[in-house]
Formats: sequence, structure tokens, C-alpha cells
Amino acid sequence: MEYEPVIGLEVHAQLLTRSKIFCGCSTSFGEEPNTQTCPVCTGQPGSLPVVNRKAVEFAIRLGLATHCRIAPFSLFARKNYFYPDLPKGYQISMYEHPLAENGFIEITVNGIKKRIRIIRIHMEEDAGKLKHGETPEKFPYSYVDFNRTGVPLVEIVSGPDIRSPQEAGEYLRRLRAILQYLEICTGDMEKGTFRCDANVSVRPVGQKEFGTRTELKNMNSFKHVEKALEYEIKRQIELLRSGEEVIQETRLFDANTGMTVSMRGKEEAHDYRYFPDPDLVPLRIDERWIEEIRAGLPELPDQKKERFIQQYQIPEYDAEILTSSKAMAKYFEETVALFPEPKVVSNWMMVELLRELKRDEREIDQCPITPRHLAGMLILIKNGTISGKIAKDVFEEMYRTGEEAEKIVKERGWVQILDRGEIERAIEQVIEAYTKQVDEYRKGKEKIFGFLVGEVMKKTRGKANPQLVNELLKKKLKE
Amino acid sequence: MRIDIEKVARLARIKLSEEEKLIFGNQLEQILTYMEQLNRLDTQGVEPTSHAIPIFNIFREDEVRPSIPREEVLGIAPSQEDGHFKVPRIIE
Repeated sequence: MEYEPVIGLEVHAQLLTRSKIFCGCSTSFGEEPNTQTCPVCTGQPGSLPVVNRKAVEFAIRLGLATHCRIAPFSLFARKNYFYPDLPKGYQISMYEHPLAENGFIEITVNGIKKRIRIIRIHMEEDAGKLKHGETPEKFPYSYVDFNRTGVPLVEIVSGPDIRSPQEAGEYLRRLRAILQYLEICTGDMEKGTFRCDANVSVRPVGQKEFGTRTELKNMNSFKHVEKALEYEIKRQIELLRSGEEVIQETRLFDANTGMTVSMRGKEEAHDYRYFPDPDLVPLRIDERWIEEIRAGLPELPDQKKERFIQQYQIPEYDAEILTSSKAMAKYFEETVALFPEPKVVSNWMMVELLRELKRDEREIDQCPITPRHLAGMLILIKNGTISGKIAKDVFEEMYRTGEEAEKIVKERGWVQILDRGEIERAIEQVIEAYTKQVDEYRKGKEKIFGFLVGEVMKKTRGKANPQLVNELLKKKLKE
Repeated sequence: MRIDIEKVARLARIKLSEEEKLIFGNQLEQILTYMEQLNRLDTQGVEPTSHAIPIFNIFREDEVRPSIPREEVLGIAPSQEDGHFKVPRIIE
């Protein structure tokens, strides 16, 4: 029997406000532990939370950008549970009345467009950070830092519409791009400003009902999410094929083994006893505020993609990649402004630049080659100073050193040889050295020509202008 | 009994003796009986409400205000070490 996976994702994204969601403590990252707390975020008796207007505005921005309906009435609720990273004994979240509902994100996988529904977006406060010593024997304690407690989060719950790990990865990348375009979240999975849990089940192809699902946690990169899903889907299918059952449970991804492991026994059935937080008044978001926020929305990935196709006449595939992050789109536009041949710029970015960045696991805003430097190199190719072949070496040097192309070319003596006399001398040497091959060519074995060009290029250490070499070599061989 | 006192105690992380279970179980039961009187009221046509007064949208601006000194916040905890709150280890 063939099975298909059914996946839904829950994403937590930290909002980029300066202060926490319910108090004035700073949200800045990496400060000394427990230096950013106050009676509100540590839940002291008598303290009262007041919601940060900016955090609400950011959440509305996200709701609008994902085509959600912004609820005219929403309400903060207490989610009750005990855990040491939660000083109050409850987390302030939203339950029956989330801020936004019924949206979607459009993804493209293997050239096919698909809508993934957004069921709801709600606001909540982040919990603190826990540290544990290496072994329970040596360190029977855990250590708590409350700096992160009360940092605003949005939770984005997708519909069970995702059908492969690849689609899950695409959905996450698209959602992250939207958050970054909106400038409301850094979207850094490793630093935990963007976190993802996955619900996954499998069912026989054609069956309408969902199978029993598991919840996957502890994935801190896009790769991990895809790997964890792949493993878990395979595991569930194998269970069903061998006549066993999937148990509904939470499983943790282990990045070292690539497997998911049951949390069984470590987790009791939760009973959160949600109820409206009496300390926080409900939100009534009116049309005026919504329209004001809508009017201030920046150009979003889909809009930018369409504009790139129209304005720069580049293929949709290029536009999709170039708009996958705001920084990438900016890099492209800055380069094109200095070197107005969009397809050439796009090719260099998508092939050379992305390859280098991927190898070093760098983001484009950490790229040692600036748009000005890239444009500078493209100008050198265009005016014939360097050949396209040499340009690849120049590019690598630029990436390695952060220097300008012109300087590299000058220092390394990589300027293209356009001097006919110099090229002719090299051709003469090659013809003398390979008399046999030259004879064969003259007898009609035209394939040899490529070999002879290669030898001339070698003689000039790759610097001769290839068109000139072709032209002059042909002429010489006819003599 | 409508109250599962053991479950309530477990959720609140409170350890109760057998005698206490009886006392608190009965008290909670009485509270429920009292609440049931409210259930007898006719609330048809009355919107459910979570707050007693109809106020909405109380916001603060996104401005950072000074936090409290670390010694002070750590000082109210039973145990601390190296700038952290110290709790019984929660993972194996």
C-alpha cells in the first residue's frame, strides 16, 4: 500500500520590539543572565501587565501579509503549567480568541504552486532559558535565566496541508522571508528567534481521514526539520506496513543520529486550564487601525517577485530565488543599478555567489563581496579587461579577500591579453611544438582545433582573449 | 463528588494528606454548589464576558524602562548560583 504524509507546522517567531510584551524590560539578546527582569515578567504579586502596542501592531502586520482575517475582538488567556522557565506558573497566550485567522502562504515546489492555509496567529510571551550541567550525577541542578521571559512571540499554526518534507521546508522559508520583509523578526533558527514544531501523520493514498500523529520538536535548522520529517514519515509507514500502530506522542529530533526519539514517560498529559487573563483587557482592533497598518506594509516577497519579472525581464525561477530574502533582493537591485544587465547579475549571484555562501553557511548580508565589487568585476568582463574564465578566479579572490576586482586583476597580472602580436607569438610556439596535430588538422581533422586553442590558452596562462585566439589561430592554420 | 481532589492537587503541585484531601475536597465541592446557584440565572441574550468593566485596548508604548537589580530578584529565590536561579535538575 502507498502512504502519503500529512504535515502541519507550528512556528514561534520572536517579535523585534525593544521592550517585552507586558513590561518595559529590554529584549536585547546576550546580556548577563537575569539582568532584564522586573516584578511583571517574574510574576510578583501585585504587579500588572500592560500590552506593548508595537507587538500588537507587528502581529497584525503578519496577519495581513499572510492574508488572514484580523479578529475584531481578541483576548489574552492564561495557559497554566509548571516548569521552571515560567516564573508565574502560567504563560500568557491567546486561546479562544486569537488575533488573526484563516490566511494562507503560497509556496512553489518543483514548479508547482500550492497554498498552505494559516489556521491562526496568536500572541504570547516567551519563557526563560534553562541550562543544565553535563551529568545529573555531577550537577543535580538546572539554572534559570529569565531575560527572555516575556519577550513577545507570535505563534503561526498552519493547516494540515503540507505533503512532503520539501514542502515543509519551502513553507518555512517563505514564512521566514515574510517575517524578515516585514522587519518584525530576525528569523534565525539557530539563535531560536524562529522555532518550529511539526505534527506529522501518514495515511493510505486516497484515504480522507488522518492517521495518528506525532509531534516533533527540537529541530533548530531548516535542514533538521526536513530530516526529522523524512525519518518520522519512514518510521510511521514501516510501523503500519508491519501491522503495528503509531502512538500519539511527542518525539525529539536528535541531530547526531538523524532520528526522532520518543519523550515517553517524561511528559504527563497536559491540562492547561486556559482562562481569560483578568489582568489584561481585551483587544478591539478596528478597521481604521488595520487599514493604517496595511497602508504601511512594505513590498512583500510575492509582489517583489512579480516586479522583478516585469522590470528586469528575468525568468520566474530567478526571481523566486532572488526574492527569497530581503537581503538577497537588495543585493541584486544594488548590483543591477551599477551594472544594468539583470540576467548577467542574476546568473553570477545564483551560480557563483550562492555556491560560495552555501559552502561557508553564510547569509548574503555577510558576503565579503559587496554589490559594488560584483558590479566592478562585471564591468571588467564587459570591457574586455578580463575573460569570463579568469573572472571566476577573480571572483574567488574577491570572495576570499574582500578586495575589488580591479585591484586583484592588476596585482595578479590577470589582465586579458588583447594584444594581437602577443597572441600570435603564442600561436607560433604551439604550431611549432605540435607539428603532428597541426598536420592532422590541415588534413581535415577539425576536432584538433579545440586542443590547439587549449594549448594557446595554456601558453598565455589563460589570459588571452578567447575570441582573438580563435580568429588568429584559424588564420594561421590556413597559411 | 464532582471534584477529583487528587487531580487538582497534582495540577497545583500540592501534597495533601488523606485528612486534607477530605477537608479541601468538601470545601471545593461547596464552592461548586454555590456556583451552581448562578447557573440557575437566565442568561439568554447576555453576551459572555471575561471582564467586569467594558474597557479595551489599554496599551503601553514600546519603550525600555530600567529593570530591577539582579541581586534583588535573585534575593527572593530560595536558591541561586552564578547569576542564575537554581532549581532541581529537570532533565536526565
